[in-house]
Amino acid sequence: MKLLRKILDSQAHIFEKGGKLEKLYPLWEAQDTFLYTPGERTRDHGPHVRDALDIKRTMSMVVIALIPCVIAAILNSGYQAQSWLAAHGGTPNPAWIGSALAALGLETGTIGAIVVHGVLLFLPVYIVSMAVGGGLEATFSIIRKHEINEGFLVTGMLYPLVLPPTIPLWQVALGVAFGVVLGKEVFGGTGMNILNPALTARAFLFFAYPAQISGVQPWVAVDGFSTATPLSQFAASGHVVDWNWFQAFIGAIPGSMGETSTFACLIGAAILIGSGIGSWRIMVSCLGGLFGMSLLLNIVGSDTNPFFGVPFYWHLVCGGFAFGAVFMATDPVSAAISDRGKFIYGALIGALCVLVRVLNPAYPEGMMLAILFMNLFSPLIDYFVVKANAKRREMRLAVQQ
Amino acid sequence: MDKKTRKILLDPLHVNNPITLQVLGICSALAVTTKLETAIVMSAALTFVTAMSNAAVSVLRNRIPGNIRIIVQLTIIASLVIIADQFMKAYIYSVSKQLSVFVGLIITNCIVMGRAEAFAMANPPGLSFIDGIGNGLGYSAILLIVAFFRELFGSGSLLGFTVFQKVNMGGWYTPNGLMVLAPGAFFLIGFIIWIQRTVTPSMVEEE
Repeated sequence: MKLLRKILDSQAHIFEKGGKLEKLYPLWEAQDTFLYTPGERTRDHGPHVRDALDIKRTMSMVVIALIPCVIAAILNSGYQAQSWLAAHGGTPNPAWIGSALAALGLETGTIGAIVVHGVLLFLPVYIVSMAVGGGLEATFSIIRKHEINEGFLVTGMLYPLVLPPTIPLWQVALGVAFGVVLGKEVFGGTGMNILNPALTARAFLFFAYPAQISGVQPWVAVDGFSTATPLSQFAASGHVVDWNWFQAFIGAIPGSMGETSTFACLIGAAILIGSGIGSWRIMVSCLGGLFGMSLLLNIVGSDTNPFFGVPFYWHLVCGGFAFGAVFMATDPVSAAISDRGKFIYGALIGALCVLVRVLNPAYPEGMMLAILFMNLFSPLIDYFVVKANAKRREMRLAVQQ
Repeated sequence: MDKKTRKILLDPLHVNNPITLQVLGICSALAVTTKLETAIVMSAALTFVTAMSNAAVSVLRNRIPGNIRIIVQLTIIASLVIIADQFMKAYIYSVSKQLSVFVGLIITNCIVMGRAEAFAMANPPGLSFIDGIGNGLGYSAILLIVAFFRELFGSGSLLGFTVFQKVNMGGWYTPNGLMVLAPGAFFLIGFIIWIQRTVTPSMVEEE
């Protein structure tokens, strides 16, 4: 290890002020502090808390918490495609995966084929997301002369997980470019964004190219295959015919790659809460909002819209709710900051998610829109929480206005 | 053309653009820019109305009583809008139908009223006319840029002619649905503002 440090130190002068590659300093700094804790302190005066838990460690923790979801994404995308291919035949979409599987000699429907198929679906999307998004991130930090932030490691991983397995790679690139530039960099980079960049990227694709990210086509990576997701089955008939609750819970249903498994999301939630990175207040209140709103709609009932009668435990395991509540809503930058505000913010996300699902016939899934919408409101929520707090203290001190 | 006149004519095109700097006239910039054709017609109509209303208000500026000046300005603008509307209905009916209510809404376009109130009321007719042309052109420039990209990326065509062959017509281009929606215009205008302020840092407000 000392040797590596020595090599790094001996090269540092090239990138430091006055060096040959001074302009590329952010790139140098990023890899250096990725490997080692930075040796310098925050300059200027003022008390600073020194904590080993800097942004890098925080973000790495989220990446670790995402690993169960990545595994679930790979297994389920492969499983969905392979089980259909084994039963009915057909060609995978994209077709090159079929030739790759054949070249490896993997028989359709076997465990090996499932895993390899899943990896071949997930990995290209992930690589494109990281390359394009990371490239833009580095470009901006060089132009603006600030550090490259590890926030993108998380964004670049969240984003492929909320996409369907058949998404065209050029759309992945376009979406992540939109998310990084318009969702984050125009506001001043990491920590300044008002929206979650990964969701902004997905929202862009959702409205720009709806055929590849909604409806019945994109969810299973078999050519020409179409299936209604559990949520669209609920929207159509009020119950799910093809899957039982346990399948939906472990994630063996068609959907966006990383979103289907509520079980994997729960493991992620445990890691995030246990390490103190993710806010349990937001997760719990999301759940509360979902529970309350779906119960309310159950009671109200409707003769024309069968979705009203769907019980909360189905809402919980379908679509992107669990993934959104655990990984997206808890984004510390775009969420509410005050403790009380977090409860309000989370509860409204859960409630809005169910409202969009049930009441808007055009969108069977509402988690993305609910989170983006509440992202916009989180500063307002915090403002009122602070105001209310100030008022309460005034009352306590009997200060008359 | 002396320096002052040139400034009046050209400033609204870039550094004092009515849309991207003053953020006026946004509503029609969103509504009529899904196609280049409607944007061109709308630009011409607005430039005509702004220039003529500026000149007319300026001629009358010393005779208009201060407390009813807005009503007088509105009457002049409304008359001009009706002329423009009737002219379009007579000669380019199909475009006029697509623009529908937005021609009539030129009356309430903030740029027209704003120039009448802020410039024409205090300057001679000739300069006011030039100011109207300048602001009309500034508006047109943004409208045309936005409409160019919205039609090209949203429908793969320009002025109705196919540029990118769409997938459902057997081509390769997947149209971008966001460009056809109103937010697409917002993003484009945002991009233009971003580029303008990067090119000309003096446009950035001091904090």
